Amino acid sequence: MAALRRARRGAGSGLCRTLRALSGKKNEYDLLVIGGGSGGLACAKEAAQFGRKVAVLDYVDPSPQGTTWGLGGTCVNVGCIPKKLMHQAALLGSALKDAQHYGWNIAQPVHHTWSVMAQAVQNYVKSLNWGHRVQLQDKKVKYFNMKGSFSDPHTVRGLTKAGKETIVTADNIVIATGGRPKYPTHIAGALQYGITSDDLFWLKESPGKTLIVGASYVSLECAGFLTGIGLDTAVMMRSIPLRGFDQQMASLVTEHMESYGTKFLKRCFPTKVEKLESNRLQVTWKNTDLGTEETDSFDTVMWAVGRAPDTKTLNLETVGVKTNSETGKIIVDASEATSVPHIYAIGDITEGRPELTPTAIAAGKLLAQRLFGQSSELMDYDSVPTTVFTPLEYGCVGLSEEAAVQCHGSDNIEVFHAYYKPLEFTVAERDATQCYMKMVCLRGREQRILGLHFIGPNAGEVIQGFALGINFSLRDVSD
Amino acid sequence: MEMNGLAPVPDSYDYDLIVIGGGSGGLAAAKEAAKYEKKVMVLDFVKPTPQGSSWGLGGTCVNVGCIPKKLMHQAALLGQALQDSRKFGWQFTEEVKHNWMTMTESVQNYIGSLNWGYRVALRDNKVTYENAYGEFVGPHTIKATNKRGVEKLYTAERFLIATGERPRYLGIPGDKEYCISSDDLFSLPYCPGKTLVVGASYVALECAGFLAGLGLDVTVMVRSILLRGFDQDMANKIGEYMKEHGVNFIREFVPTKVEQLEEGTPGRLKVTAKSTTGDQIIEGEYNTVLLAIGRDPCTRKIGLDKVGVNINEKTGKIPVSDEEQTNVPYIYAVGDILQDKLELTPVAIQAGRLLVRRLYAGATTKCDYVNVPTTVFTPLEYGACGYSEETAVEKFGEENIEVYHSHFWPLEWTVPSRDNNKCYAKIICNIQDNERVIGFHVLGPNAGEVTQGFAAAIKCGMTKEQLDNTIGIHPVCAEVFTTLSVTKRSGESTLVSGC
Repeated sequence: MAALRRARRGAGSGLCRTLRALSGKKNEYDLLVIGGGSGGLACAKEAAQFGRKVAVLDYVDPSPQGTTWGLGGTCVNVGCIPKKLMHQAALLGSALKDAQHYGWNIAQPVHHTWSVMAQAVQNYVKSLNWGHRVQLQDKKVKYFNMKGSFSDPHTVRGLTKAGKETIVTADNIVIATGGRPKYPTHIAGALQYGITSDDLFWLKESPGKTLIVGASYVSLECAGFLTGIGLDTAVMMRSIPLRGFDQQMASLVTEHMESYGTKFLKRCFPTKVEKLESNRLQVTWKNTDLGTEETDSFDTVMWAVGRAPDTKTLNLETVGVKTNSETGKIIVDASEATSVPHIYAIGDITEGRPELTPTAIAAGKLLAQRLFGQSSELMDYDSVPTTVFTPLEYGCVGLSEEAAVQCHGSDNIEVFHAYYKPLEFTVAERDATQCYMKMVCLRGREQRILGLHFIGPNAGEVIQGFALGINFSLRDVSD
Repeated sequence: MEMNGLAPVPDSYDYDLIVIGGGSGGLAAAKEAAKYEKKVMVLDFVKPTPQGSSWGLGGTCVNVGCIPKKLMHQAALLGQALQDSRKFGWQFTEEVKHNWMTMTESVQNYIGSLNWGYRVALRDNKVTYENAYGEFVGPHTIKATNKRGVEKLYTAERFLIATGERPRYLGIPGDKEYCISSDDLFSLPYCPGKTLVVGASYVALECAGFLAGLGLDVTVMVRSILLRGFDQDMANKIGEYMKEHGVNFIREFVPTKVEQLEEGTPGRLKVTAKSTTGDQIIEGEYNTVLLAIGRDPCTRKIGLDKVGVNINEKTGKIPVSDEEQTNVPYIYAVGDILQDKLELTPVAIQAGRLLVRRLYAGATTKCDYVNVPTTVFTPLEYGACGYSEETAVEKFGEENIEVYHSHFWPLEWTVPSRDNNKCYAKIICNIQDNERVIGFHVLGPNAGEVTQGFAAAIKCGMTKEQLDNTIGIHPVCAEVFTTLSVTKRSGESTLVSGC
């Protein structure tokens, strides 16, 4: 473990530079970043702070439904930002109901108009795209709205939408192309008629009665806010919700969603999607519990069955960057280096890393500091706190109960837990059945905390500060 | 001396522990003692306010403090949420008005359920409870007088004083007759209307804040500074925000008399005030005058002189050791009445519990009063833990502290386009001790939720480096603390523009 944490000080890049200098060929940029998302932009801007010549390539292949967007990557355009804003819209719906209990004379029910929300969200996202372009300009980072692919380890070919080609050379290249939603192409009609999160946030008209297929946080978060703004929403799950997360907490999340009004089609998987004359979509699925085939019609079918790294068109084989054969993700070491010298990768595209914006940003900044700023600090991916923004939010940091038991044995684990009722729910007469928190600890005199789990309002705000303490805790335990 | 008709038996007392005061500290201690099979009695009594308000078991927090305050603050926040919701697509065209009675009834019903819950909890824990006013009459002996004036004497091996405080009055003509305090506000059976809040305490600002949020015309009259004892940089930001959101401030004035112009619910009052910096006199008309100039401990009339318990004659507070023991070995005290300790419910509860464990369970842990987090629930909430900037400079010297700060814009406020660069995060680090974080300050929504976890981290001795190594949760307000880079010393701008 310690050996892996030793940093390489870019000795390779120095040698390469020498070779190129000898051959008379100089790379145009010190750093080229392919992918203008959370990780890519952070890395580029940090490198520019050191006075380096930096370029960023960003390009969005339109979704199968034709949706596209500007600079900033997934988080800004089709992830965290629009998600949280639409989640907020749904929460405000509950607030409107609460308000009556607190004395506000508002006639119920209040109706929601998708297009007002969507436009406001889309406008804000566009302002962020603009903000990112201005920031790059201010920091003198060259931005190309082009799709990049490797020609050789220091050369990337950029292609504009119109097909115009530009060759960019750089001493160091960082791949930060992220991921895109997967389509279950084996299901008839999936590609033609279904949308994904790439499209949902950009819809101009309400998605109406929606079926979301998947059990990921993407699926549950989207189903949650669609339900909250008054839409008839169903989630279809093949097996367990939130795989990889603490399963007791995952159950509480889905239980709450059920009482909130989201329909769940559990242990079901779709077999085909057809378009009806009314333009509605007819979905047929198998219920594995009952062994039956069922069908229903929806206005919208959204696939949330996972995300795949965007590496196909990069031409990685040409330069020898190794990927994981199963996931397609780029294999990197503790310093974000790929199998090819001077080529690095950060963010969702890398194997074994959390798919989160803050980790991508931190990794990008540290990488730039190591390349250009005499730093040797490596990124620490342990105990990264996270929050699922379902109608009742779930925040956690550290190990799930299952992982703790697996790691230490159930006899060595003590779980402290409590149900609670937020004060604000009392007067509002809201159901707090799933408001719950638990602390998974190692038994022993010190009772080190291995994992902290919290379900309730503002879960992210609650967990953030505790993440620090868990860090100390876990680090000492693992050494 | 007779005790309930029985002959005095010096070696055997009626109770192991008598707790005077059924508030946060008193009840926590009583229930804890009962766990160790001790014979416990709680005496709780509320002397009605000059306006006649009274309440049930549970103390200040439950009845006239934290609980109703936070619920009314929530009502005000929901008013803002209503405004925001339109921008998020919720459709309603009418101007929404607030009904004071609906809110107050709901709040009082909830408090009633808590009063009831406490009575049941005491009963379940076999703690004897009497709704009677307790005062010492001699060594180990207390007299309990109930509402009807019936007196009883009780003896105990040990006593815990947890009588808390009540709002202070100005001592000017008309104050007790016409003004109300926080003791009255939360059960006021009519909308207070146009209100003058006198004071600059957190009580004053929190109340002024939610009253304005409910749509009332509110003015705050401040003698000198806001939130004395709190970080003044933060206090001023709170005041600025309140001003921008419609609260009027009259600075450097004190009321000299309050007269009634018209009776009613509410009536009309005329307030005359004098400048603290000159001769200027001003007058104003209000429906309600709310006094929030401070609180005084209930220690003057409980017979402490009879048992020799020392109090600070000026403030009325009781000095105690770090084990909450008064100068009389068998008499202890917890909560708001303690000298030089924080007036907070969680502190009182913790102190009460730990005290009882030391007395009856052989524990040794003392209450740690250092780095206690707190939150002021003003319209823009303020969470803090540790040193204010002023006290840090005073203790360590300006050159030895580094202040990192940043403004931030909660994502939820972007779509309604409100209040950019009002929320603010600040940490104070001790340069000579590895940049250990000694002060944490946050101004923004859900400040309490943000602060809680960081308070635990501060207890662990978190340094700036450890903070920087913590990954943020995105997108939430708290993550701003994981990416602080601008120092006050640098003079660089902390204004933000977007994600």
